[in-house]
Amino acid sequence: MSSLPDIFSTVVQGLGVTLQVLVLSIICASIIAFVAGLSRVNTNPLLRGFTGFYVEIFRGTSLIVQLFWFSYALPGLFNIHLGSDIWVAVLAISLNYGAYMSEIVRGSIQAVAVGQTEASVALNLSKFQRMRHVILPQALRMMLPEYGNYLIQILKATSLVSLIGLTDLLYYGNIYRSTHLAESPTVYVLLLVMYFVIALPLIAFTRKMESVSKKGVAS
Amino acid sequence: MEPIVQYKDVHKSFGQTEVLKGIDLDIKPSEKVALIGPSGSGKTTIIRMLMTLEEPTAGIIEVNGENLWQMEKKGEWVTADENHLRSIRGDIGMVFQHFNLFPHMTILENCMLAPVLVKNESKSEVKATAVEMLEKVGLGDKIELYPAQLSGGQKQRVAMARALMMRPKVMLFDEVTSALDPELVGEVLEVIRDLAKEGEMAMILVTHEMDFALDIADRVVFLNEGVIEEQGAPSEILMNPESERLQDFLGRFTSSR
Amino acid sequence: MTWSWEVFFSVIPMIFKGLWITLGLTLACYLFAAVFGFFWVFISRLPWRPVRWLFGWLAEFIRSTPPLVQLFFIYYAWPMMPVVGVSLNPFVAAILGLGIHFSTYMSEVYRSGIESVDKGQWEASTALNLSTRQKWMKIILPQAIPPTIPMLGNYLIIMFKEVPLASTIGVVAMLHIANDYGAQYYKYVEPLTVVALFFLLLSYPSALLINKLEKKYNRRFDKKTLA
Repeated sequence: MSSLPDIFSTVVQGLGVTLQVLVLSIICASIIAFVAGLSRVNTNPLLRGFTGFYVEIFRGTSLIVQLFWFSYALPGLFNIHLGSDIWVAVLAISLNYGAYMSEIVRGSIQAVAVGQTEASVALNLSKFQRMRHVILPQALRMMLPEYGNYLIQILKATSLVSLIGLTDLLYYGNIYRSTHLAESPTVYVLLLVMYFVIALPLIAFTRKMESVSKKGVAS
Repeated sequence: MEPIVQYKDVHKSFGQTEVLKGIDLDIKPSEKVALIGPSGSGKTTIIRMLMTLEEPTAGIIEVNGENLWQMEKKGEWVTADENHLRSIRGDIGMVFQHFNLFPHMTILENCMLAPVLVKNESKSEVKATAVEMLEKVGLGDKIELYPAQLSGGQKQRVAMARALMMRPKVMLFDEVTSALDPELVGEVLEVIRDLAKEGEMAMILVTHEMDFALDIADRVVFLNEGVIEEQGAPSEILMNPESERLQDFLGRFTSSR
Repeated sequence: MTWSWEVFFSVIPMIFKGLWITLGLTLACYLFAAVFGFFWVFISRLPWRPVRWLFGWLAEFIRSTPPLVQLFFIYYAWPMMPVVGVSLNPFVAAILGLGIHFSTYMSEVYRSGIESVDKGQWEASTALNLSTRQKWMKIILPQAIPPTIPMLGNYLIIMFKEVPLASTIGVVAMLHIANDYGAQYYKYVEPLTVVALFFLLLSYPSALLINKLEKKYNRRFDKKTLA
């Protein structure tokens, strides 16, 4: 165990990349989730159909396959160079989780009681005002716990980026392990603990949101 | 006096079932009309179509002489769009059976939302009116509470204040006491009675509270199986029901009490 | 690099062979997770608080850390452990790693099912003097499990899509075959597209089926809450 500081100082070099991918993916996935979720409750059938197609494609295939696919297809097939592989990873993760999370956006919008829409029609609110002031505030409360769960899923997904050559926590862990085989148990336990420490605030957020969402929603 | 609301041969079907089979009904400004009839007779559908929550299958509904569900576009009558509906339904207000208060807002915010958003009135003025309105329905000390903290009767009084904030010319009441515990019915009816006495607003009440309907209504309309079977002044309807079905219906009420 | 239909069609049979391994591994992981999930439920009902607390956090730990790292731990680190260490073949390591990871989710499903059983059912079984075993087998579980069937089905699909992680420790299934092919001919996109299509082809219809089940069981729940 004397090598623990040694291992830590190696592995921690990947912390920046892991956190960067995590934060960027959370932001992009959330934006995608809202745009796609709102599109799926839109009255325009073309928009609904297109986003439905996107959601099913990305939910139906595996994230790790998508990650490899993007990392080879973007530069190779489409000649798109995002400058850094970080953006390839962020693109794959946020398109994947954006698709999943758009379903909770859609689900919670549809779960707001019909009476709420009727009351806002009776008060002559415009369609936009109904969504903005009545439906979305309630839908948000409902979706928050599940949203928190997905943030943890995204954190776990960031560990995949080492597979396309990004130098994250797991990447440095693997490097260290390859030269110090006997230390493997310490390396991976340390990695798991580090991921768990990053997850703790997300877990706390999720639990808090579970209690918040129980209040203030009409059923 | 010109009617404020007119139904002209209005039909409504849900799938294969025709719930309204040709309704003709005029409501005069400030008139109080009670819609009675067995459940499933289409009473609620009549007022929901006026509130634009349900589109008629055929026929015309006019508000202030304007066609509610159709509009003229390039010389042709087409189904009304949202803008057209919005321009007319500002004159209509509704109180629902299940209150439909906004649970994420205090009762004051519930009352302030629409005037601020829809009528662009200043927040401070709206607030003053809302407080006044809530005091009028006896909830002046509860304005900062959330709907979940209120009893059913209190919720329904908030719902009325909220609807009144928009100063509708016609107010619709959809079985507003049906979801309440029996001991809370009185306080809600009291508020409606006060409103009726004030006078200027037309009111259409769908209700099972027969005594109450007969007491405050200018006219009682009896619906049965999608048609208006009989209508008239409360005293006539109660004392001399002509149709057998109305006699049956009233009989059931007196016997159940 | 350009898209080649020739490559696309020529890799289909190759990857199709891998599909069976992916499916087999999915099923094995799923069964392991399904059985092991009961273990967590069992622990969480033990009367010793510190034990419940400890295992509660252990489950949380496993649930919120990456399965890929857990897989590496089992495959690379486990053999290096003193005393308990044994080498595992990739297939077994994958079953253990993914199975344990997802067992923590399965236990939550079971728990929600058990909690959905009305309190009166427990009281009634006590009043009828049933044994603990009878109570669980005859009264509680028969009511707790059916409503969770859609959720259980969902996890089968989710695990199906997580199984390609096993290619990182050398399980030669669809993804691994595709990557090998890519490394050999430097043609990655076509085989990866084939893999993606196979996933889509299987998971989308299954998801539709689950949706149907969900509607069916939700309706049952609605009636129950209305009563």
